[in-house]
Amino acid sequence: MTTATTAPTSRTPKDAVVIRFAGDSGDGMQITGSEFTLETALAGNDLSTFPDFPAEIRAPAGTTFGVSAFQIHFGSKEVMTAGDELDALVAMNPAALKVNLKDLRHGGILVCDVATFNARNLTKAGYSVSPIDDGSLTDYRVLKLDVTKLNAEAVKPFGLGAKDAVRCRNMWTLGLMLWMFGRERHATIEWLQRKFAKKPAIADANVAAVNAGHAFGETAELSSIGGFSVAPAKADPGTYRTVTGTEALAWGIVAGAKAAQLERVVMASYPITPSSPVLHTLAGLKQFGVVTFQAEDEIAAMCAAIGAAYGGALAVTSSSGPGIALKTEAIGLAAMTELPVVVINNQRGGPSTGLPTKTEQSDLYQAVYGRNGDTPLPVISTSTPSDCFEVGMEAVRIATKYMTPVMLLTDGYLANASEPWQIPDVATLPKFPVRFHTDPTGFQPYLRDPKTLGRVWAVPGTPGLEHRIGGIEKDYDTGHISYEPENHQRMTDTRAAKIDGIANDIPLQAVALGEDRGKLAVVGWGSTYGPIHQAVRQLQAEGASVSHIHIRYLKPFPRNLGDLLRRFDRIVVPEMNNGQLVTVLRAEFLVPAEKFSKVTGKPFKIVELVEAIRARLEK
Amino acid sequence: MTTTVAPQPLKPSDFETDQEVRWCPGCGDYAILKAVQKTLADVGARKESTVFVSGIGCSSRFPYYVSTYGFHTIHGRAPAVATGLKLARPELDVWLVTGDGDGLSIGGNHLLHVLRRNVDIKILLFNNEIYGLTKGQFSPTSRVGTKSPSTPLGSVDAPLSPTLFALGAGARFVARTIDTTQAHLVAILKRAHAHRGASFLEIFQNCVVYNDGVFDDFTDRSVAPDRQLLVEHGKPMIFGKDKNQGIRLKPNLLELEVVTLDDDGVTEADLLVHDEKNRTLAGLLGSLQPPTFPQVLGVLYCDPTPTYEDVVFGQIRAAAGTGPKDLNALMRTGRTWTVAG
Repeated sequence: MTTATTAPTSRTPKDAVVIRFAGDSGDGMQITGSEFTLETALAGNDLSTFPDFPAEIRAPAGTTFGVSAFQIHFGSKEVMTAGDELDALVAMNPAALKVNLKDLRHGGILVCDVATFNARNLTKAGYSVSPIDDGSLTDYRVLKLDVTKLNAEAVKPFGLGAKDAVRCRNMWTLGLMLWMFGRERHATIEWLQRKFAKKPAIADANVAAVNAGHAFGETAELSSIGGFSVAPAKADPGTYRTVTGTEALAWGIVAGAKAAQLERVVMASYPITPSSPVLHTLAGLKQFGVVTFQAEDEIAAMCAAIGAAYGGALAVTSSSGPGIALKTEAIGLAAMTELPVVVINNQRGGPSTGLPTKTEQSDLYQAVYGRNGDTPLPVISTSTPSDCFEVGMEAVRIATKYMTPVMLLTDGYLANASEPWQIPDVATLPKFPVRFHTDPTGFQPYLRDPKTLGRVWAVPGTPGLEHRIGGIEKDYDTGHISYEPENHQRMTDTRAAKIDGIANDIPLQAVALGEDRGKLAVVGWGSTYGPIHQAVRQLQAEGASVSHIHIRYLKPFPRNLGDLLRRFDRIVVPEMNNGQLVTVLRAEFLVPAEKFSKVTGKPFKIVELVEAIRARLEK
Repeated sequence: MTTTVAPQPLKPSDFETDQEVRWCPGCGDYAILKAVQKTLADVGARKESTVFVSGIGCSSRFPYYVSTYGFHTIHGRAPAVATGLKLARPELDVWLVTGDGDGLSIGGNHLLHVLRRNVDIKILLFNNEIYGLTKGQFSPTSRVGTKSPSTPLGSVDAPLSPTLFALGAGARFVARTIDTTQAHLVAILKRAHAHRGASFLEIFQNCVVYNDGVFDDFTDRSVAPDRQLLVEHGKPMIFGKDKNQGIRLKPNLLELEVVTLDDDGVTEADLLVHDEKNRTLAGLLGSLQPPTFPQVLGVLYCDPTPTYEDVVFGQIRAAAGTGPKDLNALMRTGRTWTVAG
């Protein structure tokens, strides 16, 4: 049935392709994109995806603010971003076209369902004349298809109601795009049959729609466009899957608990976009001893995590900027009582409610500085979806070894983006077993490991270690309440020294790309990894003296970072905020770092970075 | 081979710490501390498996004075900390100490939810109708007109009834007692301890510095017998120094009234008999206010259901045999592909 996927002799080979599926938020664009991603991964391409959906669950149909999109960049070479401009755009209605056309490159392929370009939808999208007919699309290779009708014919035999029949439109379109780029359909068909196992007519209709779209591509007159092929990318031997940042992070937490030999994970969270999927994913892992707690608010979530940590579990809470703000007092309590909690911040656009579904990295100040009192805590960040796994484990290691809350900064882009991941063998992962304190001899709750300065983890239920902790300052030697001036100085110094000392227990800062000295260092953190890397690579190919440094450990910094930065003539720090890391670097190392900021809710484009970096190289 | 040694019974004094108790002289908290220490000894509590969790306020200093595990958390959040602790260690015996400001103002939301979830902890709410530690501002339970540094002309906020709040939140154990009635206090603490699930205990506690005598209208020796009704399950509601006052349901109205036995032919058979499992009755009793009515003390409501932890860990046990067994298997669910070496 699906043997002819790569048959046409007319396929044009491509190194890389960027496609965006765009439609109404009810059109199933995220699913269409996910399935295309899966088929592309199975075809052996490297890839990176970027789902972009509105904050409204069901915005009024046909409006521009209800447009949902899914972008995938795939290729036969290393792919590190979701792509700057589109090679192909699928627009399921006029609003989708209106919002997305600006990103389609000249000469790019545009697939439109002309049936939706009626007066009503055109008005809603803000068109006075249909762009299909007014000659405004002549720069593109436009496929004007009546997808609605073609799909209706394909699903007719299954006797679906009109509403259910129209819902298969996205699968018809998927079938067409799978054909266009020479992808298989097996995984999609299997998935549809599984998803609609209890509704066989719907399953069959959707499968028929995929097949019909595919057959249309193969048989219809698409001579102006034809098909394309993208060869598999080179990859290290191993077993792979696609993974989103959310999945990788959740699994990293579970792997971390296992590495720490902690039997129980308690994950306490309050629903918030874009962080809730971390809670959802962990809620599905009860068989691994994971207890999830949907708390009554953000404060309760953090406090429950603290209670769980006190009880000897691996405690985790996740949120986004506004929620982290609410947790702040309790984070201070965790720091004061020196209990290990992994605090995940899936950053989104701020301030206040800001842009809930859009990405930003503007909570760095909040993470590093945002507490009352002198309350240092370690801050680490994730740079790619698959990196979330390792960083999740690392957060657990630091929290439990140093008895401290750890702030793990990731963002809305990484949470939803996906890429291929070489699945690790758990047996080969690092181990960092926790030892609870059990010896009553000379016990007091603030006994410290002389090397790490981490205090003992003495868990209720242990005979002879009964003690009282709390948010009030404690005596260094006895653990009792103390308001003594000298003691507060000593405890403050100790808490700071403990966190600073982590710098001796993390890798030295490496250069991600390029020499460890030169004219310009481009310094980033978080999800800007891909675009910075590609931009620097492009400029290096032009012979520029430029290097990419990407910082995972933001507090404390790696101990060689200052020296490394000082070996460059200039430093530029691209960030999806108004200049936060740049300020921290300047404060910490007195280096003349310059900011390059973007806060549009969208990731950097490579071309934007190339221009910004080039401008600094030329000055 | 291990031998089991029966643990030595502990005395009330074994639950004292070496920390100097720093409540004001004459504070009602001393009596409550003493009653709790006696209760712990009487019920055979083990120090290592008992935890006191508190928020912020005078009452919340409590954990420092009990030689068990203790956690003095932040303002209002003790219920959330205690919930997390129970999710990590459901076998622990967890007590929560809070006050009218900590529990019903800044922490009202958490108290609401810990009660409705029915987390297996004992909640002692010391109600003194005032903010003590911050020097005397009115609290959510202060009566209208309370003059305080923040309300020089008298407070205007309607007060909240902790007992009615707890019933409304779905608590399955609601009781009320007074700091100075040591025997009753200990008896009610034991009932709270015996209950599985969230047990809520409102303790009228006199603040000698900022609100001295606020409960005198029913605690003062001269009026106490006539202004207190100590309810007991299955017993008729009789009070008064002559044991001749009773509570009766007004015919045809969902209202209670005070009647005198032998007046107008009223007999004991006309009086309400306390039923701990009747939530509507608990609500009516909780609403009664002196001086028109007696203050109702004792276990107003007790009707256990499965605890939060029972259900949560029941789900976890049920899930144990499902899905991928180990992390390697989990990470390989869904579509994978292999690149050959």
